[in-house]
Amino acid sequence: MPSLCLCYAVHEPYRLRRYTVFDMGQNSAYEDDDHNCDALLHAARACYLPMNDVLMRIIRRHGKAFKLAFSISGTALDQFEQYAPEVLDSFKALADTGCVEFLAETAPHSLAFLYSREEFALQVKQHCARIKQVFGVKPTTFRHTELVYNNDLAAALQALGFKAVLAEGTDHVLGWRSPNWLYQPVSAPGMGLLLRNCQLSADIGRRFSDQSWNQWPLTAEKYASWVHSLADEAEVINIFNDCHSFGLRNPASSGIFEFMEALPDAILAHKDFSFATPAEVVKKRTPVGEIDMPQFMSWDDEGADLTAWLGNDMQKDAIHSLYALTERVRKLDAPDLHRDFERLQTSEHFHYISTKWFANFVPDRPNPFQSPYDAYIAYMNVLADFEMRVGAAEAAAAPKKATRTAGRKAAAPATDTAKAKTTGRTASKSKAVAKPAKAESPAADTSRPASRRGSKAKTETVRGR
Amino acid sequence: MRVLMFGWEFPPHISGGLGTACYGMTRALAKKGAQIIFVLPRVGEGEPNDFLKIRSASGTPITADMSERMSHAGQDVWQENIRWRSVDSPLFPYMTPESYEESLRWVHKAHTAGHEEIRHWSGIPFTYSLKGGYGPDLMSEVSRYSQLAGAIAAEEDFDVIHAHDWMTYPAGMLAKALTGKPLVVHIHATEYDRCGENVNDIVAGIERAGLLAADKVVAVSRLTRKVVIERYGVPPEKVTVVYNAVARHEVERRYEIPPRIRHEKRVLFLGRVTFQKGPEYFMEAARLVLEKIPNARFFMAGSGDMLPRLIRRAGQLRIGNRFHFAGFLRGEEVDRMFALSDLYVMPSVSEPFGITPLEAMLYDVPVLLSRQSGVSEVLEHALKADFWDTRDMADKICAVLRYPRLAEALVRNCREEMKSIRWENAADELMLVYRNVTGGN
Repeated sequence: MPSLCLCYAVHEPYRLRRYTVFDMGQNSAYEDDDHNCDALLHAARACYLPMNDVLMRIIRRHGKAFKLAFSISGTALDQFEQYAPEVLDSFKALADTGCVEFLAETAPHSLAFLYSREEFALQVKQHCARIKQVFGVKPTTFRHTELVYNNDLAAALQALGFKAVLAEGTDHVLGWRSPNWLYQPVSAPGMGLLLRNCQLSADIGRRFSDQSWNQWPLTAEKYASWVHSLADEAEVINIFNDCHSFGLRNPASSGIFEFMEALPDAILAHKDFSFATPAEVVKKRTPVGEIDMPQFMSWDDEGADLTAWLGNDMQKDAIHSLYALTERVRKLDAPDLHRDFERLQTSEHFHYISTKWFANFVPDRPNPFQSPYDAYIAYMNVLADFEMRVGAAEAAAAPKKATRTAGRKAAAPATDTAKAKTTGRTASKSKAVAKPAKAESPAADTSRPASRRGSKAKTETVRGR
Repeated sequence: MRVLMFGWEFPPHISGGLGTACYGMTRALAKKGAQIIFVLPRVGEGEPNDFLKIRSASGTPITADMSERMSHAGQDVWQENIRWRSVDSPLFPYMTPESYEESLRWVHKAHTAGHEEIRHWSGIPFTYSLKGGYGPDLMSEVSRYSQLAGAIAAEEDFDVIHAHDWMTYPAGMLAKALTGKPLVVHIHATEYDRCGENVNDIVAGIERAGLLAADKVVAVSRLTRKVVIERYGVPPEKVTVVYNAVARHEVERRYEIPPRIRHEKRVLFLGRVTFQKGPEYFMEAARLVLEKIPNARFFMAGSGDMLPRLIRRAGQLRIGNRFHFAGFLRGEEVDRMFALSDLYVMPSVSEPFGITPLEAMLYDVPVLLSRQSGVSEVLEHALKADFWDTRDMADKICAVLRYPRLAEALVRNCREEMKSIRWENAADELMLVYRNVTGGN
């Protein structure tokens, strides 16, 4: 009795504005609020609200025979709350039916796992708590940002208490094997690993409205017949897609909503087939084999690797500079800095800096910057300002801990306080232009190494105690 | 394919990008099997070229019979389209009102001193001698060049006529009328690029006549194509875009950065210091950058009518110790300047193409281009800003100077991109144009 496992990713990033060198130290409004609001309202009207309507109708008709899963990122939840609370209400209504599983991910849709395990664990726990609070159920299945996966991730997730994880079912993972079975990670026995059926997922996600596709137009009956043809050789067919597939990537005029509404009937017409959520799959089935995946992979269309986010030196520079601040930020008791730090981790920021020849920006998730270089410039400027704020916060926090002044003041925060001061002063054309200006330029040129050194020195003193 | 090409400059006697472009283009065309006769106003001393035949218009004999035919043909093509009287004009292709007046005085002086008769009557055939270049009596030169070029057209054997920029359009039109061969006109810059809205009506008139008379118009960028269509009313289907390229020459030597300035970053402007090139926007951006990075250095290389004003402005802004005027550079000095720079900025107000950024890239210098330039259409991996947005420009300059990964990525990707910007590709497209207008022989 094969099950169809539908899982839709709901994610909206906070896009940065064209933050210039002249904004640095002057204002710390990093995000393009107008753009973010417009984009979200558009997505709400074209995609989320009509999609959730359709799902609600399906559930009313089929009851518990229809199941699906959502993974909603923290930034998407933030934006729903901020701009379109009715979208959140529609998700809550779906949650109340009991037919929907909500998956966990990192709250800011980040790649923190690659750079800081502590940060990763923190973000996962935060997000789980929030999902529990908003939808009333604690997630037991994990879907990582961009479906990034490797053995270590599975082990880390098991330690965090997860029962299942999703990953891309590419050929270089599976070899001769089929994605349509339940597997377990070699590093986390007992945990379930659900692999995406790329072909059947992309038929809906990518090809549905492609008129040059030889199967166009795709009907629910035709699609169901492909699914039914796997009856003897499949246990679980995993269809993972971006929720934007409904109404944005494939516009309403393409008939995607009608397709979705007709799909459950068509699938359930075959008595052997049913719908299941990842958690149910893991509970009911036993894994048929192990998957060994030492290197990172993702659901990137082209190479199924990380190059879309970490392919060039600008991307690496940006993300390394960001995570070099982790310890300093988390040590501070400053909610606004924590929030900005998390939002700066959203994977899109790095994708916008991609210079891959066919950097595939789907039309519904375009690059808000005119070029990857503009994206990098804005990001690095934001990060420079953020680092100044971290420095200032550290300086402000320092006197409180009067006992540990001696070693620290001399070594670490010296550069930071100097910088914070100059920042403040550049605003007013003071007479002593020469002095702070001189002080700033070397600090700016070498800001990163200096501060890194600073943070290291500091952590050492702390650990030494 | 035999091509009769009319041009006003050719290396080594060049004063702008036109000569450089003609050289690269003809070389690549010759490699593709085109036989080119290149007609210059005057051929000076220079290295002989093995890939094309250069003819000097100056001194070509014009027979009485030819003169008769030409005046007949000329009445059809050029005097009806353009109201132009044969007067000494101080016109110069790169000119502003101030320098125009100065040249006008010069012409008047020449008149009062007794005008030399240039037309030599030596029996029945006669000829003119031309000076070449962009003298104050350019318009007369253009007219005489067209007649001499017409005479050359009558005696040479060719399939297609190709004329570069307005100075040679009358020649192209006359040659077409005399021989009936198809005419391709190449537009490297329009009068609107050179002068903004203060166009010289005679020049614009010649451009319009040439563009309309041509069988095919080749523009150096989509930007120029748009100007040609909108300002001159040329039917869009007649205009194709063939991008310029840069001749890849191996950088001959590496220049060491002097130790004393090694810790600083240098930003370069190189070009004519005229309105068209936007030097004042560069200075304004420099002022903003120096607020953030006080030890950056700015170089402005080139000369032009705006130079005195900009030098005063630098003093006024008190940035003279960080903003340097290098004057007009030539040859090796240009190479050295590029090699020393950390960033090349081209803030042009209007730039039909702009080859210098490509030259800067040969020295692995990242470039920041104005979006109002043709070259920004072909360079994906360059930073771009609107010329009037000096804050944006300054932001990008700061980013290049501060974030070394950015400069590295720009250089690496540009180097890759440059591999496809080749005169060979331009020549392929031109050969296609030739084949189209000649009916595919």
